[in-house]
Order: sequence, then structure tokens, then C-alpha cells
Amino acid sequence: MAEIEIYNLCKNYGDVKALDNLCLSVEKNGFYGLIGPDGAGKTSLMRIITSLILPDSGEISVGGLDPVKDYKKLRLKLGYMPGKFSLYPDLSVEENLRFFAGVFGTTINENYHLIKSIYSQIEPFKNRRAGKLSGGMKQKLALCCALIHKPEILILDEPTTGVDAVSRREFWDMLNEIRSYGITILVSTPYMEEAVLCDTVSLLFKGKVVESGTPKEITSRYSSTIYSVKTDNIPLALKVLRNIPGLMSVNSFGQNIHLVFKDENHSEQEITNFLTANNILDAELSRIKAGIEDSFIDYILKENKN
Amino acid sequence: MNNENIIEVENLVKKFGDFTANDNLCFEVRKSEIFGFLGANGAGKTTAIKILCGLLFPTSGKVMVAGYDVYKERNKIRKNIGYMSQGFSLYEDLTVKENIEFYAGIYGLKRTEIKTRFDDLVSKLGIEELKDKFVSDLPLGWKQKIAFSVAIFHKPQIVFLDEPTSGVDPITRRQFWDLIYEAVESGITVFVTTHYLDEAEYCDRVCIMAEGRIDAIGSPDELKSKYKSENMDEVFVKIARGTNKMNNK
Repeated sequence: MAEIEIYNLCKNYGDVKALDNLCLSVEKNGFYGLIGPDGAGKTSLMRIITSLILPDSGEISVGGLDPVKDYKKLRLKLGYMPGKFSLYPDLSVEENLRFFAGVFGTTINENYHLIKSIYSQIEPFKNRRAGKLSGGMKQKLALCCALIHKPEILILDEPTTGVDAVSRREFWDMLNEIRSYGITILVSTPYMEEAVLCDTVSLLFKGKVVESGTPKEITSRYSSTIYSVKTDNIPLALKVLRNIPGLMSVNSFGQNIHLVFKDENHSEQEITNFLTANNILDAELSRIKAGIEDSFIDYILKENKN
Repeated sequence: MNNENIIEVENLVKKFGDFTANDNLCFEVRKSEIFGFLGANGAGKTTAIKILCGLLFPTSGKVMVAGYDVYKERNKIRKNIGYMSQGFSLYEDLTVKENIEFYAGIYGLKRTEIKTRFDDLVSKLGIEELKDKFVSDLPLGWKQKIAFSVAIFHKPQIVFLDEPTSGVDPITRRQFWDLIYEAVESGITVFVTTHYLDEAEYCDRVCIMAEGRIDAIGSPDELKSKYKSENMDEVFVKIARGTNKMNNK
């Protein structure tokens, strides 16, 4: 049996369907990523898994336990890092960690090996109040507090939102290390370049899983041709290309623009001509393979149209 | 002050006790450009923005914003800027419409003016169904788009955006940047911080802070060639890792 097994899970807030017959399965020691637009249900799902809110209906098993009936046992097995910084801002770094260890009936020393490589980075500031830490350090401390009782399953709700690019990379290196201890990880992220670091990714939309698989499987299912347009004037090129006949979508990707048509009866020459006619003369064109961000945008646009 | 520059900063220092948050910053922002302000967490970006907005006094240095001095003319600065803070800047228990009326009222806009601009905004954003909802009931992406619209509702000369797209999904992030482009077209200068380095590519010029100092400044193309990088992500990592190495010594 999978470590997290969910079948037809529903959760409503009044008229709003937060989770709509959601199904999901996370293997033991899996590294599972959740992506999806705001309001897709990612946080509600995590709160149900962690036994913090109750589902309306459906079946759910986490670590072999029912989060509704066995929540006390389950919580001992779970580490949870909520999306909002939830440590005590007026306790020091060390006091926070000691508090979380104490609540779970353990000590910092007992499981120090699990957090050593992370905690050593914030240890020089162990007497600083948690509220006074920078964003990257807060995340590291929160991760330590979620790990100090040696959980079997770690649930992380957008742990790197608002964290700079370098600290984010370090954070994901740490997650890989944590996984090597046999811990199952379920993580949500708004950064698509992070999602591809998971072994399995699910795209949530309107409370359902609309796409799921390894990052490679997801991107290989993408069938349309993507034209990448490189130009110095991205805002102008975006504006111009929104009027190209047969357009499916046009989106900026850093220094390039990705252009997709509704059908395959188009050519690079046609795009070049269109751009030239609109006074964009520096465009370089190429056909590229889809990344996970292309897939994400494609799914959401299609689902929105349905 | 040079007419081309809307912000001029010379030798700006800000200390909190022993800690130097801004260490001798020198830069300028040109009229109608998108100026990206990047840096690791704790590098001093938010402190600098608060000084530019007249919310904090500098310890020393010269800072001019929209032609006004941050020491003596804070009220004039505030009338000429918009600010979308990190974290959230609308009242959750007011509706969208009430929020806008409240902010516009503070800036002294006339009732008829508020009504006209509000109707324009509703049709531009397509928020007919959302306008009477409480802000607390909106998804994050909408909150951010509306917060931005509120920040430029009084038509400021410059708008400061502190991580406006943090945590926002790929589609909404792009819609947000469309709003930025539109604001620039109408003549507003945009000063923006972000941790998404693809967004750094959309700026006219970018400045990268590390440990209170400015480590690099220039157009994305200039920085990429200077740091021999393919994209801004590489530039950022090279600069940030470089300073990390110095710390470990």
C-alpha cells in the first residue's frame, strides 16, 4: 500500500468546491510535487492529510492511518511545514527547535543527525529571535522544526515561496538529503523549475488532479509544436504576436517568447514574415521541446476553456 | 537633479544598531523604465525601498525621489509614488470597491474621478463579478493584480513593487507583467523586486544587491555578457555564490 492513498476526496467551503473527488497516491519514500494555480486546492489537501481539517467525504490513508480517526498517532509520524511562517517569532532559533523537540517527546541531540547539515547553517544565529531572521533562514529553521521528531512523512506547503534563487537551490538539496533517510516527501511549489526535481508531479486544478506523472512523462505528452522567439523587445513582440492568425497561446519565458498555434499548419517563415510586417526585425526563431511550465500553461488554458 | 532620472541615490547608508542594512548605495532610476531590484533574502532590498518611499529615514546619504528630498519632502514624495508592499496591502474585510474608494480618497481624488477610473478599471480587468466581494475571498493572483491597480490608481510618477509575484502561478504571473508593461506605457516608472529570475529579463535595467551593497547594475544583456552567463539565473547565482564564498573565509 502506498504511503499516502487518497480516493474521491471532497471538501467544500460553503458553495466553493475546494477538493472535488480528488485521487492521489504517494509511494513510500517518494518525492512528490504538487503544482497548480492559486485556489486549486493544494493547501486544503495538505491540511486534510496532516489531520488539521476534516474532509467532507472520500477515502484517505496516510502512513497506514486514517487522519480523521487516528490523528493522534498520525501526527507523530508527520512533519509539516505550513505555507505561512508559523514558528514563535519571539523565541530564539534554538528555543523554537527545543520546543518542537519537546512537544514530540524527543530532544535535539537524539535526532541531530537528521538536521545537522541544515541547522549548522543557522546555528551561528541560534540566539537570534526567529522573527528577526531573513526569509531563507526562517525556511531552514522551519524545516529543522518539522524534522526534529524524525517523521516518516514530510509535508511542505510552498516552502520556497519568497525565497531567493540561491537559497532555494540549497533548500532543494536539503530535501534530497532528507529523502535519503527514507522519509516520504510531499511538497507544493509555484516554481516550475523546482517541480521537475520531484519524481512525480501532479497538477491540481479546481480541486482535481488533472495531470500526473514523472516530469518527463508530463512534458512528453505535450503534443503541439512550440516556437521560441528571441527578441530584445519582449513587451512589443508579445503584443504583436497576440494577433497572429491561428494563435493558441503566446507567453514570455525570460528572454524568449513561446508561441503555440491551434493546429500544425504553420511555419517559421510565416512567423518571421508576421513579425517583420510589424517592425520586429531582430527575432530569432527555433522549435523547442516543452518544459513543465509549457505543460502547466497548456492544461490550465484548456481546462479554463472547457 | 537630472531630468532623465526619477530616482537618484548617492552614498545611501542605513544602519540598525550595529547592523548595516544599506552600505553606501549609489544608483539612479531613469524615467519610464522598469528597474529590477534583485538580491538574496536579507540583502537590504526592502530597507532601501522603504527609504525611497519615505517610510524610513536614511542614516546618511543623498536620496531624491521624483525630484524631492527624502529627508525634507516626504509628504510630496508620497503623493507622487505608489507602493505595493511585500505581504499584502489591501484590507481583507473591505470589498474590492471599498478598498479602491478608500485609497483613492486618501490621495484626495474627487468622487466623480474615482467613479470614472473605477469603471475603467473594472472593465479593463474584467472584474465585474469580483468588485463587490470581500478581498479575503479572492484568490492570491487577483489580490495581487488589484493591489497593483490600487497602487497606481492615483497615477503616480513611480510605483514600487516589493515581490508582487511571490507565490503566484505561472499564468497569473504573466498577467501581472502585462499590467506592468501597460503602466510603463502610460508613463509610470516601475521599480520591482522579484525572486523569479525570468522576470529579471523583462526589466530594462537590473541592480543586484548582496549584503547591503550593490554588486552589479546594468541591462540584463550587459550583465549576462559581463558575467559570461546564458541567462539572469546564472548571473544571480554567480554573484550570490561569490559573496557566500567570501563569508566562509
